[in-house]
Amino acid sequence: MTVEGTAARSTTRRSGGTGKRASAARKKKTATSATAEPELVQLLTPQGERVEHPDYAIDPTPEELRGLYRDMMLTRRFDAEATALQRQGELGLWASLLGQEAAQIGSARALHDDDYVFPTYREHGVAWVRGVDPTNLLGMFRGVNHGGWDPNSNNFHLYTIVIGSQTLHATGYAMGVAKDGADSAVVAYFGDGASSQGDVAEAFTFAAVYNAPVVFFCQNNQWAISEPAERQSRVPIYQRAAGFGFPGVRVDGNDVLACLAVTKAAVERARSGQGPMLVEAFTYRMGAHTTSDDPTKYRRDEEREAWEAKDPILRLRTLLEKEKLADKAFLDAVDEESDALAKRVRDAVRTMPNPDTMAIFEHVYADGHALVDEERAQYAEYLASFEPEEAK
Amino acid sequence: MAATKMPLAKALNESLRKAMEDNPKVLVMGEDVGKLGGVFRITDGLQKDFGEDRVIDTPLAESGIIGTAIGLALRGYRPVAEIQFDGFVFPAYDQIVTQLAKMHARALGKVKVPVVIRIPYAGGIGAVEHHSESPEALFAHVAGLKCVSPSNSSDAYWMMQQAIESDDPVIFFEPKRRYWDKGEVDTAAIPGPLHTARVARQGGDLTLAAYGPMVKTCLEAATAAADEGRSLEVVDLRSMSPIDFDTLQRSVEKTGRLVVVHEAPVFLGTGSEIAARITERCFYHLEAPVLRVGGFHAPYPPARLEDEYLPGLDRVLDAVDRALAY
Ligand SMILES: Cc1ncc(C[n+]2csc(CCOP(=O)(O)OP(=O)(O)O)c2C)c(N)n1
Repeated sequence: MTVEGTAARSTTRRSGGTGKRASAARKKKTATSATAEPELVQLLTPQGERVEHPDYAIDPTPEELRGLYRDMMLTRRFDAEATALQRQGELGLWASLLGQEAAQIGSARALHDDDYVFPTYREHGVAWVRGVDPTNLLGMFRGVNHGGWDPNSNNFHLYTIVIGSQTLHATGYAMGVAKDGADSAVVAYFGDGASSQGDVAEAFTFAAVYNAPVVFFCQNNQWAISEPAERQSRVPIYQRAAGFGFPGVRVDGNDVLACLAVTKAAVERARSGQGPMLVEAFTYRMGAHTTSDDPTKYRRDEEREAWEAKDPILRLRTLLEKEKLADKAFLDAVDEESDALAKRVRDAVRTMPNPDTMAIFEHVYADGHALVDEERAQYAEYLASFEPEEAK
Repeated sequence: MAATKMPLAKALNESLRKAMEDNPKVLVMGEDVGKLGGVFRITDGLQKDFGEDRVIDTPLAESGIIGTAIGLALRGYRPVAEIQFDGFVFPAYDQIVTQLAKMHARALGKVKVPVVIRIPYAGGIGAVEHHSESPEALFAHVAGLKCVSPSNSSDAYWMMQQAIESDDPVIFFEPKRRYWDKGEVDTAAIPGPLHTARVARQGGDLTLAAYGPMVKTCLEAATAAADEGRSLEVVDLRSMSPIDFDTLQRSVEKTGRLVVVHEAPVFLGTGSEIAARITERCFYHLEAPVLRVGGFHAPYPPARLEDEYLPGLDRVLDAVDRALAY
């Protein structure tokens, strides 16, 4: 496909040739130059044109296309609202997914309810699709809890902050699924930076050796805080799978249809007992790493601008409009729904209660523990000694 | 006069700069330490001045960072590796404990592994999970490692250079919530030895022992206690492995009472060891059992509860009251 080929080449050039940071990589280019030009699976171009791919055909209904648009719009709005709430001091921190909506919505829409997801800490779009109430995602960032939802009610595990850890949990879970003879799949989300962690390599090893029904979904958003993807790997990430003995594919992470199609193929493969697969969604972190980060220290504006032209939502909207699949009433309705979601999130965060002091001692052990009981009692007694003065 | 006022973070930065200027074998490595200058800016500007070969942005892999630092040290370099936050040292824990700590002994003293591991640690900055922990006891327990923590700018400046000069592996715990506190740094001073404790405030009624972030809290507690007519001595341990028990013993022999304060959980923590040793050394001088104030046997709580979890003035003074009541 010429369209894909062009896209692949231009993205490759971009990642290898911008700015100072690439110059060190350039000097030592020999290691990478031998590898094949990365194939980038694309089904919807940045101009909103549908293109075909021999391996990943997909024929979504107009209803499904509108659904993907709605998911991405609501997720983006939720994310923007959370960023604003952090700026207003309501959240301690926020990790924005801006720019990664297609990768998350596309991949998550490929899953069945009984599939299980192990996210990192930026998977707000995946959480949305899994049916996790978005307000639950904010407790951790506000500092009132370390999780905020029951992982089993939506088969969406807790956010994991230690980089890469969850890929092993996903693999183990998938090993259990296989032992049970179930035909569901497990998806582990992680970043390009995480791909350097030993845990991720060990997850690949276990998944391959035990033929575990797990899909490794790497959102390569080009940056791990200040470090560019080429600081993590000298070969395209998806190519690493081959060394472990399972297939890897790179998909245009800003193309929701391609992400949907490729993830669908990967989970179906896993479900049918063919083992793991690595999907590298080639995308971009449009904002800062988190609200604590200052990307101007290490990243040039032009880079972001180039990626804005590939905006995942815009291209789907162009398609919807061009093919007359969405009228003004629909688009307006989504906007209204976004406003309502933003308001709901704002209200929920502002009224989110602080945890009770004694929550410190809750759930430390499932079966209880004498030392915790003792410390709880001592601390309660200590607090009670203040009560006359600080009666609330 | 070479003394200037600067925040603790800046003192660390100046110290690293000085160490790199003095010794071309000193390397700085870690995640985001280069262009970004580290998430706390401790390595700010170093890559610009010393280049990418000496200030090395590493892949996101802690076991890799420490494992390769060991190799670099075996080759004659003096790597200063940054672990971005306390809770992220554990992927490297295996390398630190099974390899770094033991290599000198295993080689019958024939090889040295002068690796410094910088860890911004402890709480009080309202961070999310894994960004506020105090794992020092887990390292102090391991023979072959030395563990230190500065509590002020001057110590930050001098202890960092001394840690880098040390031929032993040093885990350098940086009290992140004190990064922005300003203090005098005399760059021409002659510093005391790295592992000595310092009497930070003289007093006669009771000794408060602390290190890192809790020293400031203890000094504030001593000030508050003085208003109530109590004279507290504050000992800044500065080093958690080894611990300068002689200085502490002298203080306790004078005051007869000891309260140890740290953020880490009390159970099997640094304070437990201090309580045991001081009880052995000062049994006949003690007027009260050695008390400990610290974290609970519970995961570090979410940010909105950390003020409850962390020892503050009230909890320190409560322990002081209890010790004085004996
Ligand atoms: C083990 C570990 N080391 C360091 C960190 C600090 N840290 C948090 S996010 C991050 C960058 C992660 O980059 P990537 O995996 O590409 O994911 P992204 O944030 O870009 O989505 C780092 C270094 C961490 N959370 N865990």
